[in-house]
Amino acid sequence: MNIVSVISHRSFLLGLLGLILVLLATLPLFRASTYTLLLLTAIFMYIVLTVSWVIFSGPTGYISLAPAAFFGVGIYTAAVLGKVLPLPVVIGIGALASFCLALLVGALTLRLRGIYFAIFTFGLVVLIQQVLLWWEIVKTHTRGRFVIVVDNTTIYYVMLVILVLLLLTAYSIRRSKYGLALQSIGEDEEAAAHTGINVTALKTITFAMSAFFVGAAGAIMATKWTYIDPYIAFNPLFSFMPVLMAIFGGMGQFFGPVLGAVIFAYLEEVLITKFPYYYMLIFGLILVIVMLYLPGGLAGLVQKWWKGGLERRNANT
Amino acid sequence: MRILEGKKVVKHFGGLAAVHNVDFVINQGEVVGLIGPNGAGKTTLFNLISGALSVNSGVISFKDEEISGLKPHQICRKGVARTFQSVKIFPHIPVLGNVLLGSMFGKPSGMSSAAAAREANKLLDFVGLSAVKSTPAKDLTLANQKRLEVARALATKPKLLLLDELIAGLNPTETAEAMELVKKIRGKGITIIMIEHVMKAIMSICDRIMVLHHGEKIAEGTPKEITTSKKVIEVYLGE
Repeated sequence: MNIVSVISHRSFLLGLLGLILVLLATLPLFRASTYTLLLLTAIFMYIVLTVSWVIFSGPTGYISLAPAAFFGVGIYTAAVLGKVLPLPVVIGIGALASFCLALLVGALTLRLRGIYFAIFTFGLVVLIQQVLLWWEIVKTHTRGRFVIVVDNTTIYYVMLVILVLLLLTAYSIRRSKYGLALQSIGEDEEAAAHTGINVTALKTITFAMSAFFVGAAGAIMATKWTYIDPYIAFNPLFSFMPVLMAIFGGMGQFFGPVLGAVIFAYLEEVLITKFPYYYMLIFGLILVIVMLYLPGGLAGLVQKWWKGGLERRNANT
Repeated sequence: MRILEGKKVVKHFGGLAAVHNVDFVINQGEVVGLIGPNGAGKTTLFNLISGALSVNSGVISFKDEEISGLKPHQICRKGVARTFQSVKIFPHIPVLGNVLLGSMFGKPSGMSSAAAAREANKLLDFVGLSAVKSTPAKDLTLANQKRLEVARALATKPKLLLLDELIAGLNPTETAEAMELVKKIRGKGITIIMIEHVMKAIMSICDRIMVLHHGEKIAEGTPKEITTSKKVIEVYLGE
């Protein structure tokens, strides 16, 4: 592969991304159906959950099952503050609250490794859920709350903005020296510390940054659901989905988790509408096949095709 | 001028005294060998100096400043770098990236990525790994992985380098090359403490040798003094 083809590939990809962004940004102007907007919003949400999960867990190998906790914090922020504060402020507070929770949890628990860390983070979701439930029943005497409604187009745009900011953040971390440092932590944490990397600080801050975006996404999604309670807000599914989507898409490439989230979310939608009875079955089958035959996920497959194509082209010249 | 000093350093693992009341002084520019039978506490002592473990009691100071109690990354940034007995490289990161991490994070003040890259490339030249700089570290031979570990340690601009069994597992040619490398590092003015089992190698290169046995320092002196020390011979060969 020579330099010219690398550069042209890069500019081609950038152009493509720009085009997609313009299309997505102007879509509501073309009177897209509400269904399309809702579907895209859901897909954006899944990309946000997945990519922010990958920022931390991808390179470090610390499997976090905490996304549902951060998502729920965002949701409850919107439920509690949505009626008294303007939307952007509510989203900001939701994001910051998640960020702070992650800082705290991270500082306490990031010394746990492997399965212990996964279990702890999952415990966090259940803990917050149950404490909140107790609080709501004992103190406020209602289980759920109503969230102030925001129109679909606004939700769509807010989600798009969060998504774009997240992708920019994730990309710059990956390209920076901190991206390399995070990977070194995943490969050998002790050696990383002895190479001068402040492993505790880097892990905690990255963990918190990933929580920031999840919290923001939770705050805006809450306005779409209108009614929430602790079980809806702290649904463990939101912890598992990002992991599944990231593995499904493949974490070796930057676009892998994005691809995984898009296809996963779309597939779910299609299956649930077309095959309501068999949807889980088909879904499970597809997952099993991907796990068995595509260890690099979808991104691995795409890359194989891409490389194969290049080699063929080069062979012809 | 002394660069590293330990006073009554103690480390227990449960009831086992891995390092017990060890005093030591390392002078600037020296190459000091640390020997002793298996389980003598050599690597534990390295772990205490580099901050991988914390002392139970006693004080370790580097350039007259206490470092016992600091975290590994802080000690590294003060100028103490190390390698590991079982090589700890970053297997999936390319060789250059391994070294870059050292030059980007291992120093008290940060540097531009261009300068870091220049420096990392120079170090790869120095240890003789330039030809394989984009290879993932896991694909190197053991000898080259050890060189890489040394290059990564050097990238942090250490004043003191701890080498934990640099030549264990290497063939005679590789051993000779590794010894040459140690001499070159000493030529840069870097103080070295090395743990080694191969006596020939350690005798030829070290200015001074410390002998640990059951966590205690039983002898210290020039290579000649050590080889003729009755106590050392007893420990190694029995009475």
